[in-house]
Amino acid sequence: MSMNSQGRPTVAATAATSDLPDTFTGNRALQIEEALLFEVGRHDVSGVDLDEPADFTPRLGKLARRQPIDLPGLSEPETMRHYVRLSQKNYSIDSGLYPLGSCTMKHNPRLNEKMARLPGIGDVHPLQPLSTVGGAVELMAELGRWLLEMTGMTSVALSPKAGAHGELCGMMAIKAAIAAKGETRNIVLVPESAHGTNPATAALIGFKVVTVPARADGTVDPEAVKALLSPDVAAIMLTNPNTCGLFERDVVEIAAAIHAAGAYFYCDGANFNAIVGKAKVGELGVDAMHINLHKTFSTPHGGGGPGAGPVVLSERLAAFAPLPFVRAGADGPVLVESEEALLPGETPFGRMTAFHGQMGMFVRALSYMLSHGSDGLQQASEDAVLNANYVRAGLRDLMSQPSGDRTCMHEVLFDDTFLEGTGVSTLDFAKAMIDEGYHPMTMYFPLVVHGAMLIEPTESESKASLDLFIATLRDLVMKAKAGELERFQQAPRFAPRRRLDETRAARSPKLKWEKPEPWAEAAAAE
Amino acid sequence: MRYLPHSDADRQAMLAAIGVGSIDDLFADIPKDLRVHGLDLPGAAGEMSVERTLGRLSARNVSASSVPFFVGAGAYKHHVPATVDHLIQRSEFLTSYTPYQPEITQGTLQVLFEFQTQVAHLTGMEVANASMYDGSTATVEAVLMAHRLTKRNKAVLSGGLHPQYRAVVESLSPMAGDTVEALPADPDATEDILASIDAGTSCVVVQSPSVYGHLIDLAPIAAKAHEVGALLIAVFTEVVSLGLIEPPGAQGADIVVGEGQSIGNALSFGGPYVGLFATRQKFVRQMPGRLCGETVDAEGRRGFVLTLSTREQHIRRDKATSNICTNSGLCALAFTIHMTLLGQTGLARLARINHANAVKLAESLSALPGVTLLNDSFFNEFTIRLPSDAAAIVEKLVTKGVLAGVPVSRLEPGKPELADLLIVASTEVNTDDDRAAFVAALTEVLA
Repeated sequence: MSMNSQGRPTVAATAATSDLPDTFTGNRALQIEEALLFEVGRHDVSGVDLDEPADFTPRLGKLARRQPIDLPGLSEPETMRHYVRLSQKNYSIDSGLYPLGSCTMKHNPRLNEKMARLPGIGDVHPLQPLSTVGGAVELMAELGRWLLEMTGMTSVALSPKAGAHGELCGMMAIKAAIAAKGETRNIVLVPESAHGTNPATAALIGFKVVTVPARADGTVDPEAVKALLSPDVAAIMLTNPNTCGLFERDVVEIAAAIHAAGAYFYCDGANFNAIVGKAKVGELGVDAMHINLHKTFSTPHGGGGPGAGPVVLSERLAAFAPLPFVRAGADGPVLVESEEALLPGETPFGRMTAFHGQMGMFVRALSYMLSHGSDGLQQASEDAVLNANYVRAGLRDLMSQPSGDRTCMHEVLFDDTFLEGTGVSTLDFAKAMIDEGYHPMTMYFPLVVHGAMLIEPTESESKASLDLFIATLRDLVMKAKAGELERFQQAPRFAPRRRLDETRAARSPKLKWEKPEPWAEAAAAE
Repeated sequence: MRYLPHSDADRQAMLAAIGVGSIDDLFADIPKDLRVHGLDLPGAAGEMSVERTLGRLSARNVSASSVPFFVGAGAYKHHVPATVDHLIQRSEFLTSYTPYQPEITQGTLQVLFEFQTQVAHLTGMEVANASMYDGSTATVEAVLMAHRLTKRNKAVLSGGLHPQYRAVVESLSPMAGDTVEALPADPDATEDILASIDAGTSCVVVQSPSVYGHLIDLAPIAAKAHEVGALLIAVFTEVVSLGLIEPPGAQGADIVVGEGQSIGNALSFGGPYVGLFATRQKFVRQMPGRLCGETVDAEGRRGFVLTLSTREQHIRRDKATSNICTNSGLCALAFTIHMTLLGQTGLARLARINHANAVKLAESLSALPGVTLLNDSFFNEFTIRLPSDAAAIVEKLVTKGVLAGVPVSRLEPGKPELADLLIVASTEVNTDDDRAAFVAALTEVLA
């Protein structure tokens, strides 16, 4: 089998034929084929009843639309059926264990959805008079208070729209702080196990990325950091717990070295869910950390967002927090939106986004926090770590861990050593999990581990759920070792689609629906 | 705690299976002196208690539906069909991750393919991505993309660009090596932007309708930009306008970005919203964000995957076109469903209603003594000059139960020459009674 350096097969899966009987419709009972909107919609149909306005004199100048819009519509029942059928082709947390490492697919309480739809939350405009949104500003202040208490940091920038946007916010604050000191540091240290967003973020704002090698167990060696320090180093971007699922045990020493060199410590907070109520990043020497509200605090992933990435800042960076921010005032919290409203000592580096950030996510996250309370938040961290270690304990004799069997945090990392000689790749193994009714774990990440499989069960899984998951993976390992190669290479067989040809998609990209040529339509009709 | 399944007996059994004596043993890597023992936060709360707490905060805000409401300037109060909110709360959409395993996420992927097609058709462009965070961040991503495409670094921003969008560009672009030339605020739509476009220009960024509501003829700006090898980035904050006005693609825009909140998404005090991003096919490999493409599965059946990911951070790391990862998937779904319900006939009619309501309101307001309309052209939003400070008048109107619009001073503080200006939006939600209430209240306040 041809593989790249991370153990991913480089040859597309071979064509397969279904051993199931054909149906006239192509449907397979509850798995119903659904055409594209552009194939079933009609240009003269609408599912919204609106009254045509009375005659009036348009004020569009010469810019009235001349081109047709070319958007088909569906009636309401057709719309409902179209999107319900599409939804049924998706895996979800609500339907099963979703062990994507680093992604934190935990239960999404519906109370939070209800709270986000309160009229005074969901139906208020970001620019209506501040006198009419006192409760919204109070909510932002309250969320900030919780985040600061959990992290031991000085201030918080709520507005970043997702984790990567939070990284950008933190790194922009660092760049501004460096400029304010009259310095021109241009190097950012990033461990090789980091999320791709870390180097991408640093490079986006002109930093040069220098990679920090990992120790054998995937953690960062303070000596390796010290060896790279110079007056040109602006910051280190460190994920803690790291992407191998381990707490960086030398984090304090690393932070001290970074600070002694005049640089800043950015912490990628993607894995904050392991340590809420167990450690405060402010006490670890962190200067900035984003918090993925859509990971740690359960706001739904929504098939790829929206997220929210508030950034907590240390005293060294607090003054640079971008606009807008909430300031405590004598008569309650104040939303500071512009430079004109600044007090001495407040030197924001600018603005990350229009308006004030993801209020819809703020309320969901606060609802989650209020529900858990202090003890519940700590219990959630403990259960997340307990569950990951329980999975580790259940699989350690059959699956291989890159640095031997040791305690992990909220996620457990395996490599593909245990598949050696079976002909089964990490990809095949993951696809076989789909046939067993599971979403695969994160594959081929972190990049430092060959054939990586990163499993994060989260605290939402019961012991019974984990027992079945462990038993399933054990069974798959045994089948791989027993030479049932086809089971893996043909997987998935029972999903709405077999493996998809990603090479073809990238070679001649088809990124939107195109009306078939008349001859093709005629041929299809025959 | 209702969200945590384990009983204490479960926990003990699991610790035993792991082979440790206590939960603390699993946290041994955290230095002992740094371990936290208790947070200074309240205890757990049941559903009723949380609802009471957040309900109290909610009740202190005035919701858009509860009053005559004319606030816009980048976010708009529209009616969203009940079907939309029901469908986006389906578990399979709401609680699914980014579709990295296409065999079991064809639902999300097909929606993204439909979304990309809808956005491309609406904007008159060849290709659209699977969404950005919002209109403002899409705008700065477009500026960075123009820099990569032209290898030039001067971005020219129209004075009609939303000031907070401008601030986002001015914050990030210089750190990425750009020079930003932002023209002064242009409430009268009289600026000469052509004069700022030269051989060093990477892009010129023009919003239409502008933040003050003016419809801007993009064609001459595109012509001048193309003449010197620069790109035209067209921005909109009100996507409904595209139902009635010529799309930016037909006017020569190279990159079209905008805010999609109006279709399918709640106001939600500013987010989450959905950024729309479209461009020409030949620029696709420099696009930021996710792209969904069509392909076939191993049995030859049509299917969809995320594609061209060699542009993205998880593959290219420090060479990626953007650092964006999570974007606005569920908001894009809401957009797609609402747009599907509308279809082109519904969208065009919705746009006509918006325009008609704004025209009627503009006529009524500008008939009041001391009130001047600044716009020759507009869609559902326009700017009026009031006889005195607009923010003070808006506050007085609040006491009369009317949310009248956005004082320009909220967006451009510290500029006395703009202090009397008010941006007013009117959409399909406004009734004749709403308009009458606004006119009556303003008449009283100005008296």
